[in-house]
Amino acid sequence: MRSSYLPIAIAVAVLAVLPLGTSSNTTLNFLSFALIVALAAQGWNILGGYGGQFSFGHAAFFGTGAYGMALLQVRFGINPWLALPLATLMGAAVGAAIGALSFRARLRGSYFALVTLAFAEVFRILANAWGFTGGAAGVLVPLRIEAANMQFADRATFYWLVLACVAAGLVLTQAMARARFGAWLVAVRENEEAARALGVDSLAVKLRAITLSSGITALAGGLYAQKFLYLDAGIAYGSWISVEALLAPIIGGLGTVFGPLVGALVLLGLGEATKIALGHALGGAVPGVDLVVFGVLLILCVAFAPRGLLGLGANVRRLLRRPV
Amino acid sequence: MSALLQVRGVTMRFGGLVAVDDAALDVAPGTITGLIGPNGAGKTTLFTVIAGFQTANAGSVAFAGEDVTALPAHTRALRGIARTFQIVQPFAGLSVRENIAVGAFLRHPSRGEAMARATAVGEAVGLGPLLDRPAGALTVAGRKRLEMARALATEPRLLLLDEVLAGLNPSEIRDMLPVVRRIRDDGVTILMVEHVMQAVMSLCDTVHVIAQGRMIAHGTPAEIARDPKVVEAYLGHGAARRLAGGADA
Repeated sequence: MRSSYLPIAIAVAVLAVLPLGTSSNTTLNFLSFALIVALAAQGWNILGGYGGQFSFGHAAFFGTGAYGMALLQVRFGINPWLALPLATLMGAAVGAAIGALSFRARLRGSYFALVTLAFAEVFRILANAWGFTGGAAGVLVPLRIEAANMQFADRATFYWLVLACVAAGLVLTQAMARARFGAWLVAVRENEEAARALGVDSLAVKLRAITLSSGITALAGGLYAQKFLYLDAGIAYGSWISVEALLAPIIGGLGTVFGPLVGALVLLGLGEATKIALGHALGGAVPGVDLVVFGVLLILCVAFAPRGLLGLGANVRRLLRRPV
Repeated sequence: MSALLQVRGVTMRFGGLVAVDDAALDVAPGTITGLIGPNGAGKTTLFTVIAGFQTANAGSVAFAGEDVTALPAHTRALRGIARTFQIVQPFAGLSVRENIAVGAFLRHPSRGEAMARATAVGEAVGLGPLLDRPAGALTVAGRKRLEMARALATEPRLLLLDEVLAGLNPSEIRDMLPVVRRIRDDGVTILMVEHVMQAVMSLCDTVHVIAQGRMIAHGTPAEIARDPKVVEAYLGHGAARRLAGGADA
């Protein structure tokens, strides 16, 4: 069933030609940022959407990826093309460690959510205090525009790099969903006890899921660091990314391949549009108005589209197909 | 003939309550063995210990000649012990076929094979027309069949059926009996907890009776039905004598 990858190819192709229609740096920056959030959300979706383990602290992985990317370059002089996979592995290791601690202790549901939130906050406070991470001043990656240095003169190039990672995330998610691991992960989400009776090692499945999930989110963090070349604890380990990484799949469609991408584009697109519209209307920026939009979207989704926008789309298609 | 399953001296306490007290039982290969007893006798607790979902305070469980007492549930499933749940536990968000495939994936890592196996098992237990329905939409009878199908898809040597007939109406029970028999005829040994006596009498080769956590009798269904200890366990102390007296009068 290779045809199940066709929608991914189409979506990636459409996203790939977007930069050709614009030369605006603001638009390209926004699109790159939206795809970075989408990638972080793809990571969250593997553990939260497919595995049913809701993390409120994916900032812990995003931040580890971001700080890993920045510090490996600044402190150790490692080339960014090598630093990015290393930062991804560091994030995955942090995920495996947090998973081992919390899943072995049989934490689930809101307890698991609270523990992940706590880990992310601890990391934020440590990164803010420690000299090695630059403390409250943050770290600055020196500007040196060279392809070999993963810094590009044309903003579209970095956008395509991020898009390649998102595409890999889509393919990985689709492959996982169709593999034995995906079936077992969903089984653990639906009913852990029944899954164990069928020979599923639920602890091992959850540990693999959180490792994969945190690695992908750390990759997004690494890309973020390289895109903006500046980090502080509030950006890298801030709760904003934990929230956006979980809101995007919920709004797009939990446990679906495209949910995180669709959710991130809609969420950030509407947030940005509202900011611009209100800015024009009131003659000045209204800080935080995008958060209001996020809140309204979440309420609308929970009330009217509990399976997300993709679920809503499927319902509408079924209604249209039904003979009147 | 050595037993496929050997339970020896299993004791399970919950705080001060002794749910299972020094229980022993054998299941011979190729048989349907029944485990019956009044409500609260400890049948389901003994089942969860055999399947590895709870660790007994004392005693041992041996399967196919090997001690499995310390193995977790998922490893026992890999060895060939499958169980169903008294309170059905479907993966509600998945289709019937996907539910069964979760079991089939245990021995068939490729998706194509697991799905084909799930279809075959689903049809064998009479879920053929419902394979693409969401599992949450099944009737009680359908869910009981799904429990069996999922467990069977792991290709067990021993199947533990926990009240698969409870909650079914008489005609649904009649439909289910040949399904259980065919599973045994296909070479799967069955240990079943059951309250529906008509089914126990017609299906089981051997029956073990547990009351208040203790094994009180075992034998063929006919022997068990005549055993005064069993009558007393169900109807109260002295019931056997009173019944006998009533027959004389």
